[in-house]
Amino acid sequence: MNLAVRCQNVVKVYDTGGQKVTALNGINLDIIAGQLMMLVGPSGCGKTTLISVIAGILDQDEGLCELFGENLLTMRSKDKLNFRAKNIGFVFQAFNLLPSLNAAENVSVPLIINGMKRTEAERKAITLLEQVGLGARWKSLPSQLSGGQQQRVAIARALVHNPRLIVCDEPTSALDHETGRNVMKLLKDVALHKDRTLVIVTHDARIFDFADRIAEMDDGHIVEVKG
Amino acid sequence: MNHIALKMLMGDTGKYIGIVMGLTFASLIMTQQPAIFLGIMSRTYSFITDVGLPDIWVIDPKVQFVDDIKPMQDTELYRVRGISGVEWAMPMYKGLLKARLTDGTFQTCNVVGLDDATLIGGPPVMLEGKMDDLRRSDSVIVDIDGASEKLGKPSLIPGGKPVPLKIGDSLELNDRRAIVVGIAKVTRTFQSQPVIYTTYSRAKSYAPKERKLLSFVLVKAKKGQDLVELTRRIRESTGLAAYTQADFKTLTFEYFIHNTGIPINFGTSVLLGFIVGAAIAGQTFYNFTLGNIMQFGVLKAMGTSNWILLRMILLQAVLVGSIGYGLGVGLTALFGFAMRHTILAFKFPWQLLLFSGAGISLICAFAAIISILKVIRLEPAIVFKG
Repeated sequence: MNLAVRCQNVVKVYDTGGQKVTALNGINLDIIAGQLMMLVGPSGCGKTTLISVIAGILDQDEGLCELFGENLLTMRSKDKLNFRAKNIGFVFQAFNLLPSLNAAENVSVPLIINGMKRTEAERKAITLLEQVGLGARWKSLPSQLSGGQQQRVAIARALVHNPRLIVCDEPTSALDHETGRNVMKLLKDVALHKDRTLVIVTHDARIFDFADRIAEMDDGHIVEVKG
Repeated sequence: MNHIALKMLMGDTGKYIGIVMGLTFASLIMTQQPAIFLGIMSRTYSFITDVGLPDIWVIDPKVQFVDDIKPMQDTELYRVRGISGVEWAMPMYKGLLKARLTDGTFQTCNVVGLDDATLIGGPPVMLEGKMDDLRRSDSVIVDIDGASEKLGKPSLIPGGKPVPLKIGDSLELNDRRAIVVGIAKVTRTFQSQPVIYTTYSRAKSYAPKERKLLSFVLVKAKKGQDLVELTRRIRESTGLAAYTQADFKTLTFEYFIHNTGIPINFGTSVLLGFIVGAAIAGQTFYNFTLGNIMQFGVLKAMGTSNWILLRMILLQAVLVGSIGYGLGVGLTALFGFAMRHTILAFKFPWQLLLFSGAGISLICAFAAIISILKVIRLEPAIVFKG
């Protein structure tokens, strides 16, 4: 059993204007490679902080968090950036596409960050857009796409550089029920395979059935891991 | 990533135009106002520029600028001619005299008296008539602006434009008749008074009787003569002041700089333009970065380094700076071109391009630095904050 993520006693405390808020309070969590793990729980329970730590965009204050056996906390800043650029894909609640880039350009961004030439990156991006059913819309700007289509572009962007981990923050909360389920189906069909792990933060109970495992959080703790 | 930076910049057309317009305005103010200032200041020594031919101007030591006439005795001319290294030395009269016009009104004019024999120091461009016509009795040459405006004859239509003086017309200088034999083009002077050229001896007859009437001795140095050394010799031999043409211009320029409110007025205008332009452009550019902060956060989360983000912002700043600067300078040049035949003073040397270029660079650098600091300090985890 390969572990994609291993968190041990992870603690994160925010200092909000002199007041200490403990967002993660001794998190212990293993995420198995090739599985879809959902982090669920009420607002403010620490889900977003945990995926930020897992994705290496936020440093924990205490504890260990390994991603594919690498401790990002001890990595040099440049190595961490490269590791993130190669190994992690992001899907956001508000899609976070660059509004002035068309769909293909948006999808090509991770490849360009990884050093690929623009024309080649855009060609590969169009192939990915075809896989998510938007091959004909590669020239469209985000503002010309529906919410579901934008999320599919975001999924293509998260996949294009073939990362080993995709972190999704509330990927369905801005979508209606049917579109949300279609997006989840797409994520599971296209994104998930034995070498790729998905970590999804959500409190949309309608999509829980897509998860291989569900970690329930409350007040900075993992309360229960199901599955 | 440069492509992405440019698309981010131009994607929001409104903000993009706002930044460019702010910089255009700053560039325009920083170029156009100093160009007018330089134009006005160059008029203070335009007479020296127009005379052109002599290398050295010999004047009374108390003279502070070209229009500050402190006459010398005619004998000084012969003393200067006797100094070694002097090829020739010619007298020149310059004074303000009142001309009585045909309608009975008076107009103060700049009367210039040239050496009777050589006519050295005459107007640079003759539009009508010939310089040699000054040898005819009572003859004068009038500058075109003076002839068309202040010395013009009253219009036959009430409120109409004055009828320009032409060859053959006459006016009175100190109760003596002066007949126009030529129309010349001269550079406008600081006081924009009509310029009337005549011979030295005739100018002295027009001028009120005084013991001393020699305004300048114009000196041409012998070939290969060191001008600085020659001016030193003239000063030591005569006790007069002697300046090279460039030094006399500088003396005049600096007098106006130190003794008039022109520099501070224009300086304030340029400074205000700079501050307003910097505020508009800097704030718009910073707001643009703030507006795109989530996008920068996404790029950062995906693995873009601070160095690449810095380059992206610098590229955006350089682009808007260059376009704004180019438009501002272009508008200034158009303004100067449109005003070339008017009374407006305008001088646009290449140094001014450097000045406004440096100003715009400073504004862009300032705007880019505060934007870069914001992006560098940006926590990539912002991307999950909705």
